[in-house]
Amino acid sequence: MKTYQLPEVRIERDKDRCINCGVCVRQCAFNAHKFDEDGEVYSEDEKCVACQRCVSLCPTNALYIKDNAPFVKDNANWTAETQKYIWKQAETGGVLLTGMGNPKPYPIYWDHLVLNASQVTNPSIDPLREPMELRTYLGSKPDHIEIEMVNGEPVLRTKIAPQIMLKTPILFSAMSYGAISYNACEALGRAATELGTFWNTGEGGLHRNLYKYAPNTIVQVASGRFGVHSEYLDAAAAIEIKIGQGAKPGIGGHLPGEKVGPAVSETRMIPVGSDALSPAPHHDIYSIEDLSQLIFSLKEATEYTKPISVKISAVHNVAAIASGIARAGADIIAIDGFRGGTGAAPTMIRDNVGIPIELAIAAVDARLREEGIRNRASIIAAGGFRNSGDVIKAIALGADAVYLGTAALVAMGCHVCQKCYTGKCNWGIATQNPYLEKRLNPDIAAERLYNLVRGWSHEISEMLGGMGINAIESLRGNRLHLRAVGLSREEMDVLGVQVAGSPMA
Amino acid sequence: MKRVYAKEEVCIGCRLCEVWCRTEHSRSKNIIKAHKSEFPPPVSRVLVEELMPVSFALQCRHCDEPECVESCITGALTKDESGRVVYNEEKCVGCWTCVLVCPYGAPQRDLERKKIAKCDLCPDRDTPACVEMCPNQALVYEER
Ligand code: SF4
Ligand code: SF4
Ligand code: SF4
Ligand code: SF4
Repeated sequence: MKTYQLPEVRIERDKDRCINCGVCVRQCAFNAHKFDEDGEVYSEDEKCVACQRCVSLCPTNALYIKDNAPFVKDNANWTAETQKYIWKQAETGGVLLTGMGNPKPYPIYWDHLVLNASQVTNPSIDPLREPMELRTYLGSKPDHIEIEMVNGEPVLRTKIAPQIMLKTPILFSAMSYGAISYNACEALGRAATELGTFWNTGEGGLHRNLYKYAPNTIVQVASGRFGVHSEYLDAAAAIEIKIGQGAKPGIGGHLPGEKVGPAVSETRMIPVGSDALSPAPHHDIYSIEDLSQLIFSLKEATEYTKPISVKISAVHNVAAIASGIARAGADIIAIDGFRGGTGAAPTMIRDNVGIPIELAIAAVDARLREEGIRNRASIIAAGGFRNSGDVIKAIALGADAVYLGTAALVAMGCHVCQKCYTGKCNWGIATQNPYLEKRLNPDIAAERLYNLVRGWSHEISEMLGGMGINAIESLRGNRLHLRAVGLSREEMDVLGVQVAGSPMA
Repeated sequence: MKRVYAKEEVCIGCRLCEVWCRTEHSRSKNIIKAHKSEFPPPVSRVLVEELMPVSFALQCRHCDEPECVESCITGALTKDESGRVVYNEEKCVGCWTCVLVCPYGAPQRDLERKKIAKCDLCPDRDTPACVEMCPNQALVYEER
C-alpha cells in the first residue's frame, strides 16, 4: 500500500533557462532530478529535502525550491506539521528522526538583550588603532595567588592549573568523525590551528592523519568510549567528558553501521559495519563522586598536564549540576543549550527537552559566583550561536567562550536541511559516502571557517571598543553591559539583567 | 608553461567545467544561447572522466613532444613559442588522426563542423574558464 502525501517542497525548473546540462541530476544524492528516456531533465518533488545543492550549482539559475505546505484548514493545534508527523507514524509505527537543532519558535533571548556603548562620559576605543585583547584562557584559576619579589622582580609562587589559550573566545563544537566526513574534520582541525583556537573530536576518536592538529584538538571521552586510547589522550590539548548534548538531553547516540567504513572503524575501534551505540548514561557515572573519579582518572592518565572539561546539556537543574561538576574537579564546564545541533535525534526529544542556553549561562554563572567557586572552572556555552552578537552577549552573561557547531557547518556549506541522519548530505559534510565526501574540499572549507571566526572576532573587538573595554576579560560576566527588551520580570531575574532604560549604577 | 591540472581528490564530477568550456567557445558566450540555440553547437574541449567515486577533468596537456603535432597531416596543429599546442581550425580536414594518436584522448570530434575541437587554454581570459568556474577548486592553472 502507498500513502499519498503532498511533497514538502516543489521543485520549479524554468525551462527557458535550463540547458539540460544534468548538473542537478548528478548533484542530488536523493535522486530528485532525473533524465527521462529522451535525455530531458525532470524532477520528483517528493524526494527533495530542500538542501539547495542543485540550486547553488545550476549554472543558469533555472531552479527554485519552493515551500509546498499543504493547505490544512486553519488550526493552530492541528497544523500541517503535526498532521504530517501523525501520518508518518501511523504508517511506520516508528520514532520520528531528524537532524540539526531545535527549530521551534521558542523565544530567542539573544534577540531580547542589547549591548551598551560609550558616549561622551567615557571614551570608546578604536580597535584598529589600539590594542584589543580577545585572548582567553580556559582552565581552573586559583582561589588566590602568591607573588614573591625576587631581586625586585615579581615571581609567581602559586602553581597554576593547566590552561588552554585561545586567541579568540570561539571554539568549534564536538562533531564526531562518522557523523561528519573526514574532510569536514580536516577543515575544522586546520582552521582551529590557523585561528589559534580549538576543535573537538566529539565521540568519534581522532583519525590517524589528524594527529597533526592535536595541539589544537579537544578530544572527547563519551559513554561509548569510542576511539579512546592513551595516545589519543596524550596528544590532545584538553579532554572533554561528554555527559550530554543539547539536541538530545538524556539520551545516547547511534551511528548507523552503514556509516562505519574501514576508516571510521579503525578510528572508533569498532568492527566495520557495526552500529556505534553510545549509551545514554556513562555506566560508571551515577553520581558527582563517580564523575570525579573519571575526571581524576583522566588527569592521572595525562599527568595533570591538561584541563578536563565536562559537557552537559542545559536542563532544569543545570546550575546545581554545574556546581557539582566544578566541585568534582572539572577545569571546564561546557553547557549545550536546547538549540544545539546533532547528526541524528528523535524529533520529539530535540524539540521538547532542555532549556535555552541564555538562561543556563546566567544561572550557572550566578550559582558558581554565589558559592565562591566561579574561578574553579571555565564555562563554554554552546547551542545555536548565530553571530558575533550572540557570542559577546554570552560572554557578558558569564561564559568564558563559545562553541560553534551549526554555524561552522553552515560556513562550510550546510543549508540546515536536517537530513544529517540519512548519510546522504549533498554538501559532503554529514556523510561517509566517498562520492559525496569529495564535495567538501578541505582547503575551501578551512578557509571559510577561518574567515567566519576572523570576521566575528573583528566584530567582537569593535563592540568591545564601543563599550570602552579593551579586553574580553573585562566583559566576562559584566551583565551591566546588557539590558533587556521585552522580557518578563522573572526572565530578567534569571538572566540577571535590568530592563533597557535603567541606569548603569 | 602554465597548464591546467586536475585534482581528482576533490573533483565532484559535476561537469560544470564542460558547460563553461562550451560557453567560452560559443559564438555568443551566453550560456543559455550557447546550449539552446547555437548551431552548430559548441563542443567542450574538456572531458570529465569518471568511474565513481573517482572523477577528473581532462583536456589537452600541451605536451612537450606532442604526438598530434607530429602526425597532423595538414599542419593544423603546431607548437607555439609559449609551449601551447595551437590548433588552426581553417586547416583541419577532419581526418581525426590526432584523435587516434593523442595518448590522453584530448582532441574532441566536432561532428557538426567535421573538424576537431581542442583546448586552447582560453586565450581571451587570464584564467581558463574551466579552472575559474569549477565549484570545488578541482582544477588549477599553474607552472609545475
Ligand atoms: S543544473 Fe540547471 S541548467 Fe542544468 S539541467 Fe539542472 S536545471 Fe537545467
Ligand atoms: S534534495 Fe537538494 S539537491 Fe536534491 S532536489 Fe532537493 S534541493 Fe536539489
Ligand atoms: S567543474 Fe570541477 S568538480 Fe566539476 S567536474 Fe569539472 S573539474 Fe570536476
Ligand atoms: S582551458 Fe579553456 S579551452 Fe581548455 S579546457 Fe579549459 S575552458 Fe576549455
